[in-house]
Amino acid sequence: MKNLFLVAKLDIKESLRSRWFLVYLTVFGGMMALFFVTGITDSVVMGFTGLSRLLLIYMQVTVVILPIFILITTVKSISQDRESAILEYMLSFPVSLFDYYWGKMAGRFFIVFFPVVLALVLGVAWGALKGGELPWSMLLIYSALLFAMCAVFLGIAFFISTLVKSHDVALGASFVVWITLLAFIDIALIGLMLQNRFDDEIIISIALLNPMEVFRVGAVALFDPELTVMGPVAYFLLDSFGRTNLLVYAFVYPVVLGIFFAWAGYWYFSRKDLL
Amino acid sequence: MIRIEKATKKFMGATVLDSVSVTFLPGDKVALMGPNGAGKTTLVRSVLGFYRLDGGEIEVFGNSPYQKRTAVLERIAFIPQTPPPIKLSVKELCEYISKSSGVEVERIAAEADRMDLDLKGNGDKPFFKLSGGMKQKLLIAIALSRKSDIFIFDEPTANLDPKARERFYALLKELNPESIAVYITHRIEELGDLVNRTVYMDLGKITEDRRIA
Repeated sequence: MKNLFLVAKLDIKESLRSRWFLVYLTVFGGMMALFFVTGITDSVVMGFTGLSRLLLIYMQVTVVILPIFILITTVKSISQDRESAILEYMLSFPVSLFDYYWGKMAGRFFIVFFPVVLALVLGVAWGALKGGELPWSMLLIYSALLFAMCAVFLGIAFFISTLVKSHDVALGASFVVWITLLAFIDIALIGLMLQNRFDDEIIISIALLNPMEVFRVGAVALFDPELTVMGPVAYFLLDSFGRTNLLVYAFVYPVVLGIFFAWAGYWYFSRKDLL
Repeated sequence: MIRIEKATKKFMGATVLDSVSVTFLPGDKVALMGPNGAGKTTLVRSVLGFYRLDGGEIEVFGNSPYQKRTAVLERIAFIPQTPPPIKLSVKELCEYISKSSGVEVERIAAEADRMDLDLKGNGDKPFFKLSGGMKQKLLIAIALSRKSDIFIFDEPTANLDPKARERFYALLKELNPESIAVYITHRIEELGDLVNRTVYMDLGKITEDRRIA
């Protein structure tokens, strides 16, 4: 296990110096700053004001940006190391494949999760300073949902990264995953419903299987118990499952899915050619 | 001892190792030669556990490189042909090697010093930003500091100037006589009296295996 922590620590140090991390930090930090500057916390849009409005906007942006950021930066992790012969050298030392793979995963999880939560905490703190009430439970559940989102996309990214040998193909595959999941959040589902090509059950099942949709529904359910701003699928889900069950599902399902993909990636990594 | 028995490896249907059988014994200093695509690197990578064989088996001191990976790699020091663009700093890379392989950083620094490389002065630089020669010197220092039973060098002098090359060959003469050293090379004349065995490969087979008196 000491090698697992060693790999994780060095991966964090390396990532902290990298350009992609700087961009990542700037995007989420800058996003919060932009919300403050444009007065989003004070505006009234669709009935949301103050902190709720800030979090709603933050969620809408996060659901689009976070998955593609995680996918693109993480698929490089193993596929690029393999292509540039870094993997060949680093794995010529007595480090087990388990320690190397999960160490990389742990390091990358910290790097991806930390700035997002930091931006969230800063946003809430700023809102509280401006006189809003500090919504501790909302902050906690929202952080849990972000954790689940990071887990599922990191798992998928590591799976792609180990499966695909070329860095370019890995990037392409991650983009296809992202655009497919994005297409199947409510907008596409409504389109499908309108065309009446599928049963409602199929549409609901697709929604429940899409981690992006699950995050979106769970996050909005936090401060809009009726899910009035979302599409009919989200409303149907809330009606069928209830708010608490939906929130539990929005956390558990992506985490389980992320672990599944991460293990599948490890299985492949440890049983096939490494180079 | 490295025992390779009927090792066969195919990539996309093409046979790269064709039932290769060879044994390297303690004290063997081997020049592994052959044209590009002969299967030299594939053979070495299989010994290091990077490739899974389609047939045959490999044992390193009685252990399979796949099943007892870390036990095998504890006994092998490896220098790749081209220094990889590792983004860790020199200090971090040394920490990785020190903690994973049980080698003291001071020992790496001492070997680097013998290769005319100032490790402490370059500690904070990212490895990939060192010059080609400095990178290769560091990889050599790391490999020699491990005092392994097996050394595998894949064209280790490709990036070295003549002076550094001479120094490297001088250091190789200090290797434990009982250790196994495998040099993948195209320039046998440079290795001179460093080797006592030459193995030629072509089209995935060993075509000649000769001991030098």
